[in-house]
Amino acid sequence: MITTRTHPAAALLAVLALGAPAAAAASGSGPAEQAPEPRQVKDPEGDLIQAKPPPFSDGIFPCSQCHQGKGDPTRRTLGFHDEIQEQFDHDSQNRWCLDCHDNARRDVLHLSSGAEVPFTESYRLCGQCHGDKYRDWRAGVHGKRIGHWDGQKTYFLCVNCHNPHSPRFKGIAPEPRPRRPEEMKR
Amino acid sequence: MKFVHFLKGSGRLVTQGGRAYWLWMGALLVAIAIGAAGYTRQAQVGLIATNMRDQVTWAFYIGNFTFLVGVAAAAVLLVIPAYVYQWKPIKEVVILGELLAISAITMCLLFVLVDMGRPDRFLHILPLIGAPNWPRSLLAWDALVLNIYLAVNAVVVIHILYRGFNGKSYDKRVVVPLVLFSIPMAVGIHTVTAFLYNGMAARPYWNASILAPRFLASAFCSGPAVLLILFQVLRKATGLDIKDEAIWKVAELMSYAMFFNLFLLGAELFKEYYSATEHLLYTRYYWSGIGTHRALVPYAWLSLACSLAAFVLFLLPRTRRSWLGLNAGCILIWAGVYIEKGMGLVIPGMTPDTLGEIFEYTPTANEWMVAVGVFGIGFLVFTVLVKVAVPIMSGAFHSRAGGTAPAGEVG
Amino acid sequence: MTPPGRSLPVLPQASGEDVPAADPSRPGRRQFLRTALGGCAVASLSACGIEDFFRKHLHELSKDELARIVARIEKKASQKYGKNVTVSTAAARPGVQFAYGLDLSRCVGCRRCVYACVKENNQSRQNPQIHWIKVLEMEKARGVDVAHADAYYEAEKVPRPGHFYMPVQCHQCRNPPCVKVCPVKATWKEPDGIVVVDYDWCIGCRCCMAACPYGARRFNWAEPDLPASEMNPVTHYLGNRPRPRGVVEKCTFCIQRTRAGLYPACVEICPVGARKFGNLLDPGSEIRYVMERKRVFVFKEELNTEPRFYYFYAT
Repeated sequence: MITTRTHPAAALLAVLALGAPAAAAASGSGPAEQAPEPRQVKDPEGDLIQAKPPPFSDGIFPCSQCHQGKGDPTRRTLGFHDEIQEQFDHDSQNRWCLDCHDNARRDVLHLSSGAEVPFTESYRLCGQCHGDKYRDWRAGVHGKRIGHWDGQKTYFLCVNCHNPHSPRFKGIAPEPRPRRPEEMKR
Repeated sequence: MKFVHFLKGSGRLVTQGGRAYWLWMGALLVAIAIGAAGYTRQAQVGLIATNMRDQVTWAFYIGNFTFLVGVAAAAVLLVIPAYVYQWKPIKEVVILGELLAISAITMCLLFVLVDMGRPDRFLHILPLIGAPNWPRSLLAWDALVLNIYLAVNAVVVIHILYRGFNGKSYDKRVVVPLVLFSIPMAVGIHTVTAFLYNGMAARPYWNASILAPRFLASAFCSGPAVLLILFQVLRKATGLDIKDEAIWKVAELMSYAMFFNLFLLGAELFKEYYSATEHLLYTRYYWSGIGTHRALVPYAWLSLACSLAAFVLFLLPRTRRSWLGLNAGCILIWAGVYIEKGMGLVIPGMTPDTLGEIFEYTPTANEWMVAVGVFGIGFLVFTVLVKVAVPIMSGAFHSRAGGTAPAGEVG
Repeated sequence: MTPPGRSLPVLPQASGEDVPAADPSRPGRRQFLRTALGGCAVASLSACGIEDFFRKHLHELSKDELARIVARIEKKASQKYGKNVTVSTAAARPGVQFAYGLDLSRCVGCRRCVYACVKENNQSRQNPQIHWIKVLEMEKARGVDVAHADAYYEAEKVPRPGHFYMPVQCHQCRNPPCVKVCPVKATWKEPDGIVVVDYDWCIGCRCCMAACPYGARRFNWAEPDLPASEMNPVTHYLGNRPRPRGVVEKCTFCIQRTRAGLYPACVEICPVGARKFGNLLDPGSEIRYVMERKRVFVFKEELNTEPRFYYFYAT
């Protein structure tokens, strides 16, 4: 059965690049040694396995390599991460980086309560504002799962499909149209 | 032994004839050869040699099949006056109607065979060896009733002709029940064929209760037309005594059927155009086209014009009894109903298709070739049967020279 | 979860259609005659296709006959495609009623499902080109209106503004008009809900195609052209095994995958997660969640086909 599963999975990996340029580099190969490992998550409905780690760019994690101690919370422009800053439009009127990224410890994210959240559980952060999507995602109805309808499934983090810095899907090129009946002749 | 004589004699009859006969037979053999060539290509390449595709899955072959089932059913227009009302002028010629029924059913079965994707699997529809889907599948019913109708007509015809050949009259106990049975069978074959279309909820153009009555009306108004022409030919060519009254009575019955056919068409058109739901789309495609798709429109109006003209010609006794008017009417009604019940029924039912796509179907050359071949075979069967039957009817072909065959009592 | 393999339980009777299966332990006279004749026939004729010509309907085959037929199919296909082709006859699992959900608020019309299906299910590629899934582009202003739908849309990027997309495939109806009209019982409803076709029994009359309101069935108008390199060798007898020409085929909810517990190929490939599949009898399944909480509608509901394919809006 492995052979038939890699077909869609292989295509899937390519598709995950949409809207998340960082994901393409990270697919399949973890960046640094300290990247979070995929974890087994027990769920009341069955066994779920996290699909992939969060889509970090190469060498970007752990963030504490560069960031030590707190930064200035009042600034609104960055000296690095230019490509992210250029594309950032996730409620950019009202949000900026430190609304999600923790100022004191850059290796984690934080909820609005201040509680820390590892990157592998970033869905808890998304779920704060996008509660209905989060509930549907937990049930497997929002987003996708692959695997067994009657057993083990592989799920995806929100960020495996949605670029957290520019989440709106940009549109993709469709596959070719079908042949018209008059185009099929012998 | 007598039967062998019968067969040998029949063989001789079929191979003897005047120039007109041989020209006709020659043309039929050419048609059959064309059909064989066409079907060979289709068998090699597959049904992709036709223009049928997933969007229009039934077309020219099934359209012809539908028309010919009607022609086969039309024999009943002779059988009822002959056997139920014992009307002598028609009783003398009713066997010709049965011969037409046999030829028409042969063509029907051939058209189904050439339309099938896997004709090598025809055994699958037979009971015991196959798995016919009774009672739910109308197509399984159609296969059953068509073959029963063929068998009934074949048994009656062979019995009457063989008895006639032996100078004897037919056995009423054999013929009359079978012939009376063939009346509801004739209605049955065409009703079942109508139900085949009628029962499909997916095709709103067909999913109308009026389809079965329309089929019967169009069958009765067009089928006997070929017989009327045949009667006139036979009178001249063989001296067979067919009374004018027989011909005029059949024409009169046809004119009633024509009226009913036109009335039912009007009823359908009212329903479609007045309620004007989205289902009007199919009717509109046929009569006025949709956008640039207008392939069937000229045929729709041509068919109506032919049917109307034929109706007028057959309705007025003056034109009905004039040989020009009668024959013109026969040709017109055949053309009108051939279009209406062939392509005019099948194609609009599938255009647009169930997902709104319009694929304009027109038959390929290959389909024309195969259809010509099937018609060739059908007419050949009819010609051979008539060539044997007529001398038996007139007493010229019988087992003993000098034996009296009761002329005019055959059939 | 059993992988599709060579274990061959005889396929059970179809539900809802009257197909009395012969009981191999109590052969009637018909069965005896057939077995006797069949034995002689097999001995002398199995080398050529004559055995196929006199084959019985699938539901009347004994275990041995089915095993022999499947072995022959596997051998021929393996030779033709140069791969180790397996043909499963996995039966429907008890306690399973499949259903499918399609989220119209998510589908973007990218057609990746169409081509994933083609690869998984060994469809003919060019003449004819067979796609079991058809994606209809419609205008949001008109809503679901197939008279103005377009399956041949081409665009730089989808979704196009003002349009939405509705993929259509076999709905595996509970009240299937196609099963009703088939003259030879070549298509029937399986106990888990999948409507299947026996490609070795179908006579190619295409009555089912006329009867299907969803345009879901496809016909092999010519010898299917399936490149050996692209052939998927893991097949099911009633699913994706390579078809002969002149027979009808359609979506089978990837029977070779779903009876092994996997999602269909289209569900897995969809990049936006618009497709949901599962067992309706399982209260924890995604499809149950959808049915209980989302706005669900049935395509052409007035025709009473009671499909297992539900369109819904997640948001």
